[in-house]
Amino acid sequence: MSKQSIDALVKREYTAGFVTDIESDSLPPGLNEDVVRAISAKKQEPEFLLNWRLEAFRHWLTMSEPRWAHVHYPPVDFQAISYYSAPKAKTDGPKSLDEVDPELLKTYEKLGIPLHERARLAGVAVDAVFDSVSVATTFKDKLAEKGVIFCSFSEAVREHPELIEQYLGTVVPTGDNFYAALNSAVFSDGSFVYVPKGVRCPMELSTYFRINAANTGQFERTLIIADEGSYVSYLEGCTAPQRDENQLHAAVVELVTLKDAQIKYSTVQNWYPGDEQGRGGIYNFVTKRGHCRGANSKISWTQVETGSAITWKYPSCVLEGDNSVGEFYSVALANNYQQADTGTKMIHIGKNTRSTIISKGISAGHGQNAYRGLVKILKSAAGARNYTQCDSLLLGEQCGAHTFPYIETKNPTAQVEHEATTSKISDDQLFYCRQRGLSAEDAVSMIVNGFCKEVIKELPMEFAVEAQNLLGVSLEGSVG
Amino acid sequence: MNAVLQTHHHYAAEFERNVAELPGAGADWLAELRRGAIDRFAAHGFPGPRDENWKYTRTAPIERRNFTCRSAAGEPLGVDQIQDVLLPNAYQLVFVNGVYRAELSNVSDMPAGVTLSSLAAVLQASPATLEGLLNRHVDQDRHPFAALNTAFVGEGAFIALAANTMLERPIQLLFVTTAAQDGHAAHPRVVVSAGDNSEATLVETHVGLGEAVSFTNLLTEVTLGRNAGLEYYRLQEESVKAFHISAVHVSQEADSRFVSTAISLGAVLSRHDIDVRLAVRGAQCSLNGLYMAAGRQHVDTHTRIDHMAPHCSSSEFYKGVLDGHGRGVFNGKVMVHPHAIKTDARQQNQNLLLSLDAEADTKPELEIYNDDVKCAHGATVGQLDADAVFYLRSRGLDETASRGLLTYAFAAEIINAIKLDAVREHLRAVVLARLPEGEHIKELV
Repeated sequence: MSKQSIDALVKREYTAGFVTDIESDSLPPGLNEDVVRAISAKKQEPEFLLNWRLEAFRHWLTMSEPRWAHVHYPPVDFQAISYYSAPKAKTDGPKSLDEVDPELLKTYEKLGIPLHERARLAGVAVDAVFDSVSVATTFKDKLAEKGVIFCSFSEAVREHPELIEQYLGTVVPTGDNFYAALNSAVFSDGSFVYVPKGVRCPMELSTYFRINAANTGQFERTLIIADEGSYVSYLEGCTAPQRDENQLHAAVVELVTLKDAQIKYSTVQNWYPGDEQGRGGIYNFVTKRGHCRGANSKISWTQVETGSAITWKYPSCVLEGDNSVGEFYSVALANNYQQADTGTKMIHIGKNTRSTIISKGISAGHGQNAYRGLVKILKSAAGARNYTQCDSLLLGEQCGAHTFPYIETKNPTAQVEHEATTSKISDDQLFYCRQRGLSAEDAVSMIVNGFCKEVIKELPMEFAVEAQNLLGVSLEGSVG
Repeated sequence: MNAVLQTHHHYAAEFERNVAELPGAGADWLAELRRGAIDRFAAHGFPGPRDENWKYTRTAPIERRNFTCRSAAGEPLGVDQIQDVLLPNAYQLVFVNGVYRAELSNVSDMPAGVTLSSLAAVLQASPATLEGLLNRHVDQDRHPFAALNTAFVGEGAFIALAANTMLERPIQLLFVTTAAQDGHAAHPRVVVSAGDNSEATLVETHVGLGEAVSFTNLLTEVTLGRNAGLEYYRLQEESVKAFHISAVHVSQEADSRFVSTAISLGAVLSRHDIDVRLAVRGAQCSLNGLYMAAGRQHVDTHTRIDHMAPHCSSSEFYKGVLDGHGRGVFNGKVMVHPHAIKTDARQQNQNLLLSLDAEADTKPELEIYNDDVKCAHGATVGQLDADAVFYLRSRGLDETASRGLLTYAFAAEIINAIKLDAVREHLRAVVLARLPEGEHIKELV
């Protein structure tokens, strides 16, 4: 296609037929350039963002779905998805907890979720329960006082377009991979955080989320920037089971740390994993990457992945600044017919960069769990150091645990270590616990938690307890 | 794209030129096998950069050169020229530029129950012997070079051990490449069939005399019967301009043992694949190896162990020493199939980077499909321990000798485990000779 015709397309006004659609609450299924324009128009985005989306979309058209991951699923029909729908009105939900599915309430009980949060998680019309707006506003004031910007992505586009333009797509470029390109073209909303120079964010942003979790979209986009010397801890997701009618989720998360800054990013993912026969469930194809741009900066990923039918996720760190540090702590659990292909990439560019990878995979039922990781030491990374440990725990004869670690070293002063083990819960261990009066399920839950301890302890405190319970709940029915 | 097609044409044309003269051309099954293989190779072509099995190794330099698929035959070569690589007290088959040379070989005093002969001779005289043995477990789609080898299968060795045969003396297969092989390719094939309870030692030696830009594409097939044991050594010391691709495909019956030591020191580009199928209960394998690369050498080792039955065990230990612009690639895959309970699999890969431009890429893979297993793997990449260097320097060794001694010690862990005295001593000498101040270090060890 010639440059003129591309320009013509870019500058083309909406054809009349589309106008009514734009006015409506959701777009019809299908994906083409008009849809991308419509989304951008709906969100009143500046021109640079529309062009950015279009560029991503055109690149996406040239790409094909990745097939290398150790997961199997029927092909996704990208034309059958509706790429924009306005958030549902709150009044659609149940009116009070009495109307909520008792099974769901039982799960909340097991997870130990505080009473006042259960209603919100269950989707009860929030205003009827407690006044979230006032609590949220208190937090917002506190953040504003320190100069921390924390808002939805759309709001950031409106209020701080210069930051978006400067940072968006600099960590995960539009053409990075198939799903990142798709996300870049059609992302609906997400979160934006900017922590100014020298500021230590006064609260775990997770706390805020618990009060005011936005409806996560199908194509979420998150951008977090920690300016020089700042610190922020961010938690996404929730231990509570999340039902979602969208089968495909393709989020992109970009983190940037400048000199001496630190970001701690924690994820608890418990989306619908499908039923016991493996029907249904979410496809979670996520691109997460952090870029340690400045010297002495640090990015730490912690994830507890228990949900989704298919997980395809590799939170990574590009360690460019000298002495920068990357960390990855992961627990991935695959029960029933779940498939997880997850891991990390640590790209060492700067001198004396360090990375630690601790990955714990648990497979049960027919679950398939794969660790896939890359440790790359470039020639410039003198004195780089990596330690990787990936352990697998197998519960049941039908499950699988796989390890695909790539280690590429181009610098002789680097030290890279990789260790992996695979084992099952021995009958002796179980017998010992049973003998002391624990039920089989409690015993397994305890052993599994011991196995994951190194990762769980990295989680923000209030989530650590719930995450432990979550592992137990997710493994229910896998032993005995 | 055009260049790629041309190469396929090149090998397809080479095939047409040579097929009628290959040994055993009259046998239908063999003609079919060859024809099928070249069609397959032509369809797939050389492995590309997007082929996961060839992620770190580019075959373009081989592809580009359009090697002639007929060896430079009749090269005069005296025993004295290969004397120092001939193992003492061994049965020998010697191949010069891929072609069997009876006058250099030694197959006298062969005990009963042992067949050791040139593959070409067997294919010529009684091809039926090999029907069903050739390509028994070779997946040609996964191994494009195996397809290429199969298309030109002819020269090579055939070793058969009858049940309950214990061969005391080792068998050596010596492959010599001379300067005359420049521009030529050889596709030797080794077929080993060991009957129940048999036992043997096999040494495959590859040496280069003179610097030929040659292409060796070797395929070794081993079938081990119940409780059979094979100790297998592979010493690759080709000249630094040679291209060397080789693969060993092993299939093991119950309680059989395969112990392999693979040493890769030569060739500008070398690739060694070991595929082991532990097919029946109680089979064991142990794969060890050492690879060294300096200058512009690229050395790639891929192992794959399929645990297909219960109570099998495997262990792997590979070490790499990478200097100059050398690049070492290691990929060890262990696959535990759903019913292979009580599997014990261990794997270790350690790499030593000695220079700023050296590179190591390692990937120890595990795929496990049942829960009753014990599997572990580890990989390290690093440099010499500064404290150890300091210790030696404080005792009066200079920097070079200290580093040399520690490098030798690193490599020696593999070499010292070699049971065959002649091979071990030979390797010690070869490794020492590669190190700076090797003479000096020799006095110390």
